[in-house]
Amino acid sequence: MGQTWDWQIFLRDDGGGRTYLEWMMSAWGWTLSVAVLALVVALVVGSLVGILRTVPHKGLAFFGEAWTELFRNIPLLVQVFLWYHVIPGIFLSLRNVPSFILVVFALGFFTSARVSEQVKAGIQALPKGQRYAGLAMGLTLPQTYRYVLLPMAFRIVIPPLTSESMNIIKNSAVAFAVSVAELTMFAMQAQEETSRGVEVYLAVTGLYFVSAFVINRIALFIEHKVQIPGTLGAGR
Amino acid sequence: MKKTLLALVAVLAVGVAHADTLKKIKDSGSITLGARESSGALAYTLGDGKYVGFHTEMSQRIAADLQKQLGLPKLDVKFQVVTSQNRVPLVQNGTVDLECGSTTNNATRQKDVSFAVTTYMEEVRIAVKANSGINSIKDLTGKTVATTTGTTSVQTLRKHERANNVDFKEVFGKDHADSFLLLESGRADAFVMDGQILAGNISKAKNPADFKIVGEVLSIEPIACMLRKDDPAFKKAVDDSIKGMIKSGELAKLYDKWFMQPIPPSNTKVGLPLSQATKDAWANPNDRPMEDFAKK
Repeated sequence: MGQTWDWQIFLRDDGGGRTYLEWMMSAWGWTLSVAVLALVVALVVGSLVGILRTVPHKGLAFFGEAWTELFRNIPLLVQVFLWYHVIPGIFLSLRNVPSFILVVFALGFFTSARVSEQVKAGIQALPKGQRYAGLAMGLTLPQTYRYVLLPMAFRIVIPPLTSESMNIIKNSAVAFAVSVAELTMFAMQAQEETSRGVEVYLAVTGLYFVSAFVINRIALFIEHKVQIPGTLGAGR
Repeated sequence: MKKTLLALVAVLAVGVAHADTLKKIKDSGSITLGARESSGALAYTLGDGKYVGFHTEMSQRIAADLQKQLGLPKLDVKFQVVTSQNRVPLVQNGTVDLECGSTTNNATRQKDVSFAVTTYMEEVRIAVKANSGINSIKDLTGKTVATTTGTTSVQTLRKHERANNVDFKEVFGKDHADSFLLLESGRADAFVMDGQILAGNISKAKNPADFKIVGEVLSIEPIACMLRKDDPAFKKAVDDSIKGMIKSGELAKLYDKWFMQPIPPSNTKVGLPLSQATKDAWANPNDRPMEDFAKK
């Protein structure tokens, strides 16, 4: 293309009294805030729903199934719009909830369906005998889950959960659709204002990569910390 | 392998070679025009590979004039869709010969490309609900203002906020339809955007009388056709064609067709009369960048 780099644009004033670099860092902060909070929602809700889907109680199991199917059969962007435009139109009190909170729940619940699927798979991967053994020892059902099933199941599903955690960083880009000032919005806006799209997108790409990669490393660290010698995933 | 390498070198050589668009058009018997999919009445698509609008039709007339000038019996006019993100590189690397959409002529872009004479002056305005009581930018204090991500209006708004100490909350739609929905649904009290986009959205609203455009012009931006840099012969040919259309009144007729008459696909009127700024630009054709029009 014969284009020359101009990285100086990041030091230029954006017209509002801050440089593009400062703006990009603030946008990165928004991206990480959305992603991390949504991840907390996804892991907590997803684990609970996943567990519910494996209990003997028919009603609870049905609720878990319904939750999972509801949130994984609607595209993420559509869900964000439902939370932002449709639900507040029905429940007017939700109108004053900041879009940041709405998008955290939208992204968190969307991902919770995927987490629940993995948690369920993790529990079902355990031999049936473990559940019976727990119960036969006189543990209650919650105790069987707490002390026998979940410690093993969660160790098994750490690798797929790592992928979900990284996906949440990347999926947080949808937040721009409801005016959260995160990285994707910064990229679209700054490239229009500076006409230096290549530099802006390269920088933003780098930040996304770094964020997802850090999550990946943290998850790997946890995986190694909690591994039990001689079990699945502990082969290295 | 050698052949691929040779082809690669040839492609690179074309990339750096001095731009001579007229020769390229003459040799290939074709011209590629940049097309926009949703730049309001200036340039938009009807789907199915049909591109229309004030600037799109103007660029077709320019192509016809070029054909006449070059004495070509037949000129193949192709359209290539461009976006805000890729329009400058596509003109630079020769994919698109002439881009007439909604590109603002500014000093930053002039480093990379050239512009024909200004054919439309965009005015950034404020749209509000008709019963909102907002009549100027000062009334926006404490209000929520919507604008669209990836537009220069965001920057304009930021500068105004800083300069006039008007404290408002900003929300950003991901596209113009989204921003208008923010205004329509009450999530925003005002929508700040290019006048023709505001007028277009209002005309397509369920009840256009519910909205109005108010207040001062927040900024003026010259919109012009973009072409490759350092190609004076091509620029002159394009400029002459446009000047001819201004003189013959053809450009005014085109403006009337796209801004004052019902247009497809919905057959509604944008209803935005020719502004004084655009009249001035036509009376005295020039390619001055936006920075020259900055207020005081």
